[in-house]
Amino acid sequence: MYRTPRFLGSGDSCLVVEFSDSIDMEANLRLQSLRRELSKTHIPGVLEYVPTYRSLAVYFNPLSISRAELERLIDRTMDSLDPSARGVRRVLVMPVAYGGEFGPDMKNVSEHTGMSEEEIVRRHTGLDYYCYMLGFTPGFSYLGGMDESLATPRLRNPRLLIPAGSVGIAGKQTGAYSIDSPGGWQLIGRTPLRLFDPSDSENPTLIDSGDWIRFRSISSDEYSVIQKEVSSGKYSPVRVTEEVEGLCPSSSKNQAR
Amino acid sequence: MSFVVEKPGALTLVQDLGRWGHQFRGVTVSGPMDPFSLRMGNIMLGNGQNDAALEITLFGLDIIVNEERCVVLAGADLNMRINGAPAQSWTAYYVPPGSRITIGGLSGDGCRSYLCFSGGIDVPLVMGSRSTYVRASLGGYNGRALKSGDVVNLNAPKPLWRLGDGLVCPPELRPMRPRDELICAMDGPQIDAFTQEGINTFYGETFTVSNEIDRMGYRLDGPEIELCKSPDIVSDGIALGAVQVPGHGRPIVMMSDRQTTGGYAKIAVVCTWSAAKLAQRLPGDPVRFRRVSEDEAVSYLFEFERSLETLDRMRATYRSRRR
Repeated sequence: MYRTPRFLGSGDSCLVVEFSDSIDMEANLRLQSLRRELSKTHIPGVLEYVPTYRSLAVYFNPLSISRAELERLIDRTMDSLDPSARGVRRVLVMPVAYGGEFGPDMKNVSEHTGMSEEEIVRRHTGLDYYCYMLGFTPGFSYLGGMDESLATPRLRNPRLLIPAGSVGIAGKQTGAYSIDSPGGWQLIGRTPLRLFDPSDSENPTLIDSGDWIRFRSISSDEYSVIQKEVSSGKYSPVRVTEEVEGLCPSSSKNQAR
Repeated sequence: MSFVVEKPGALTLVQDLGRWGHQFRGVTVSGPMDPFSLRMGNIMLGNGQNDAALEITLFGLDIIVNEERCVVLAGADLNMRINGAPAQSWTAYYVPPGSRITIGGLSGDGCRSYLCFSGGIDVPLVMGSRSTYVRASLGGYNGRALKSGDVVNLNAPKPLWRLGDGLVCPPELRPMRPRDELICAMDGPQIDAFTQEGINTFYGETFTVSNEIDRMGYRLDGPEIELCKSPDIVSDGIALGAVQVPGHGRPIVMMSDRQTTGGYAKIAVVCTWSAAKLAQRLPGDPVRFRRVSEDEAVSYLFEFERSLETLDRMRATYRSRRR
């Protein structure tokens, strides 16, 4: 992570605030808190903030605000961030039916890792995953934190159609397909949750970057029950909020780097 | 209040100014490849600038309009005919119920045009926009390009719409430019991944539009752009016009249907104004880049706003003329 974030121009209507050039959770936590703070202030001319692994892209209308003015406002907001503030960790519990018809590649992962299916499920559900960013397709989250013993290379022949909700492993990454799409991840299970629902104009995506995900193993019967509730709009996803100390690294700690 | 698609043409999509505000969800902005033409077409009809129209690419559209309306073809001159008679682009026409509108094809000034209707096209708003994003089947007409037999609804036009018949946008206000005009670009966020020679190649040499172009990106042919670092970066945001250079050294300019994030080094970002000019070019057309300052890039946008205001005043005057 850089000592001070860098401003990078990205054309006449986009300014990138770069915190690091690598995947770095501290950098991501910091840019998430900057994003939250900026979103509260409603800067005229700013269209949207797009967080990625290590930077925050700020899209703006240059007819309403100049890049220089925008940099000043962002600098001021960064200075005002309280590094010792207690943070909140938002966790989405994602039910997943592992193996069987829902996880056709469970056998591959088992063969590659030398672990039983039970052990794979135990390790996959044993940790919380941090969502660095969304991208690739609508609602697809890039997660960090998988137990590396589960790492398995992608399929040699990608599938042409993977159903939405499929949970897979690709190298050291894990994630869930948000819409039907082609892909080469090793599929180990499926969630009945709808990760992207464009008809929900308020909240078309379940997960936001900066959230955590906790996978929970469910039976195929439970899968059907939840799926029915989801399609009738009766299901509300389980969300856990935990207070944590020092989500933002303190500035003195940064100086020491 | 609708039109029926007899033939859909090469690629015809419903577009408004795009689905902004959802990139953090991984949702592509989409919207028109040439937003300036769409906005002007709407202004000529007294519509809102964000009203949805048909983005027509290349040729072949054939529709029958069931209700009377005024229409404008804004953008490239694609040889429009109304009930068999040649009709100019950048001109508002009154069309009686049952009129047939056909798009013949290219006449040389570009490849995309917007068929605007007074009142705009009525498709459901999806996440705040009527734009079509085909890859995720989002928005527009059932999330896809038009097909034969589709019946597309039109909104009721605003009062006095009929008085706009015959209004012509003066050539000097139109946002069309020659297909060899220099493309303005600013240094990109990863310019330090390129050698000085690579940067000189990018700003100095002539590229050509390859056959691999779509609404997502324009891949260019030409000299290889030399990198001094790996082209693979940890993914970050992709702005309109971002010029990505993968390992093969051939630049790709990211357009309306670009993904929200990407992992290739970006040597430059084409200015908003010039990205719409590039969108009018066809495989084989030359592309030369010119490095511009932020002030210059933004000045084109201010200039366009002035043209748009001038056009809007002309429309008002035209409607209140003596008949």
